[in-house]
Amino acid sequence: MPYSNSAVGIFQIAGSAMTAQSQRMNTTASNLANADSVTGPDGQPYRAKQVVFEMAPADGQAIGGVRVARVIDDPSPMRMVHDPRNPMANAEGYVTMPNVNVVEEMVNMISASRSYQANVEVLNTAKTMMLKTLTIGQ
Amino acid sequence: MIDKLDSSLRFHQEALNLRARRQEVLSANIAHADTPNYKARDFEFSATLSQAVERGRQSMSVSMATTSSRHITGEAQVAGGADLLYRTPNQSSIDGNTVEMDVERVNFADNAMHYEANLTIISSKIKSLLSAVQQ
Repeated sequence: MPYSNSAVGIFQIAGSAMTAQSQRMNTTASNLANADSVTGPDGQPYRAKQVVFEMAPADGQAIGGVRVARVIDDPSPMRMVHDPRNPMANAEGYVTMPNVNVVEEMVNMISASRSYQANVEVLNTAKTMMLKTLTIGQ
Repeated sequence: MIDKLDSSLRFHQEALNLRARRQEVLSANIAHADTPNYKARDFEFSATLSQAVERGRQSMSVSMATTSSRHITGEAQVAGGADLLYRTPNQSSIDGNTVEMDVERVNFADNAMHYEANLTIISSKIKSLLSAVQQ
């Protein structure tokens, strides 16, 4: 980012972080909502999704914004619940439940919300700085 | 005359440039608070500033190759002349991320304040130059 564009760079960086954090929040919402979804459109129980953040620098730059590299299926084992009356139960009477860890998801949600707030603050500070810069010499 | 005006403002111009650059670096750190394996970056402000003032930004400029002595040398400034260093974390985190939100936020606020102070100084400097011109 050229020197003169620094403030614009901040807007891009903080904006990308906000987009990434809101996608993380979206994933958390999906996980929490489907914490008990025994079956999905493919007939399989829901698998928790996690976002993977990565750095997305512009060409030849050391710093850059955030990008969601991919959304992965949580590899942790599925939760097995003994409930023989459930139509989805297997021969031993166990139902495969989603591997959503509700506590972890709540923590994820709070963390995403705090990070989002931090970036909003960065954006506001950068905006104030830029507006003040426009008043040089007045 | 013009270069006198320029030189009287150059220090502040460099300082403002570096403050803006540092603000960008710090905002990137805050943005990457949750990115695994991200290493927090920063640069030493006073050292970079004195370097920029002493040598100018010539060391960072690139010029076009010329094949004839009558060609005009095109020069362009290359951005990001500050040497970015890595921050040493006080408490390392398990995912390899070295951003410490408190440190970054403090530095960010501090830098923003210095930036505004710099702006105020430049404004008053311009005002005093203007009043000298109008005498």
